[in-house]
Amino acid sequence: MEFFTMCVLAAGIGMALGTLGTGIGQGLAVKSAVEGVSRNPGASGKILTTMMIGLAMIESLAIYALVVCLIILFANPYKDVALKLAESVVKH
Amino acid sequence: MVHPYLFLQFFREILAPLGISESGADAVVYTWLLMLGLVLLSITATKRLQSVPSGLQNFMEVVVGGIENMLVETMGEHGRPFFPLIATLAIFILLSNLIGLIPGFFPPTANINTTAACAVVVFVTTHVVGVKHHGAGYIKHFLGPIAWLAPMMFFIEVIGHFSRVISLTLRLFGNMNGHELVLIIFFGLAPFLVPLPMMLMGVLVSFIQAFVFMLLAMIYIQGSLEHAH
Repeated sequence: MEFFTMCVLAAGIGMALGTLGTGIGQGLAVKSAVEGVSRNPGASGKILTTMMIGLAMIESLAIYALVVCLIILFANPYKDVALKLAESVVKH
Repeated sequence: MVHPYLFLQFFREILAPLGISESGADAVVYTWLLMLGLVLLSITATKRLQSVPSGLQNFMEVVVGGIENMLVETMGEHGRPFFPLIATLAIFILLSNLIGLIPGFFPPTANINTTAACAVVVFVTTHVVGVKHHGAGYIKHFLGPIAWLAPMMFFIEVIGHFSRVISLTLRLFGNMNGHELVLIIFFGLAPFLVPLPMMLMGVLVSFIQAFVFMLLAMIYIQGSLEHAH
């Protein structure tokens, strides 16, 4: 059962660390975009489009973390091995 | 993780003999539903074309015209041949994201196979267009600016091109699947009014993700049209 505890822990900590950096990165990107728009409101359309692309790129890092966490939680490749091991431990 | 209640759930048993899993069957069936809706919409919108449009024709002209403007702004005039592909991808992804906000419907983009199919279409188009446009010189896109670094650059570029597919796939899938999961968990915790802010954010996420997918597809295709430098 320790295996599953560790899986849940790994998913939680992984997601937290993954979103930490992404949050900082997106904050910096939006900060620069807002500064740019406030200096030159005429360029807001172009800045918005570029910012969107950049944000999507940064966001995909957090999404990778999310996908890995989902794999750990719902589609763990080592689940069967761990279950078999636990059963053999119980039998002996 | 399988959706708790869906309106076309009975298709799971019908598709089970074909070896399709439960979540796969949901995605396939809701893609069919969406295809049916889009085909019917297109037929009814273009059945009686008028020079002064009204009603549905007017609405569809605004949608298609908006996408065309965006395409010309991003890719320039030489991007017009790709308008059908980009607009189809955009409308399909937008509607399949939005359909998930109706209770009892499953967004097909919350299944990784749907998003992978869209991303592979973009990937293949990119390289077919590149080879068609540049011929054998398309290899220069992969070799980088310095001649003696070319063997190393080739592998890096190839990995980069494959990672584009993966990032396109996983971005859309992760966003939509994550949103679905959050909604399921919120409905389980407190079904009354609590999921509403999350669903409001879902509208935003649906539009942004469809927009981003469209924009990245355009940028990738344009990248293979350009001259290598």
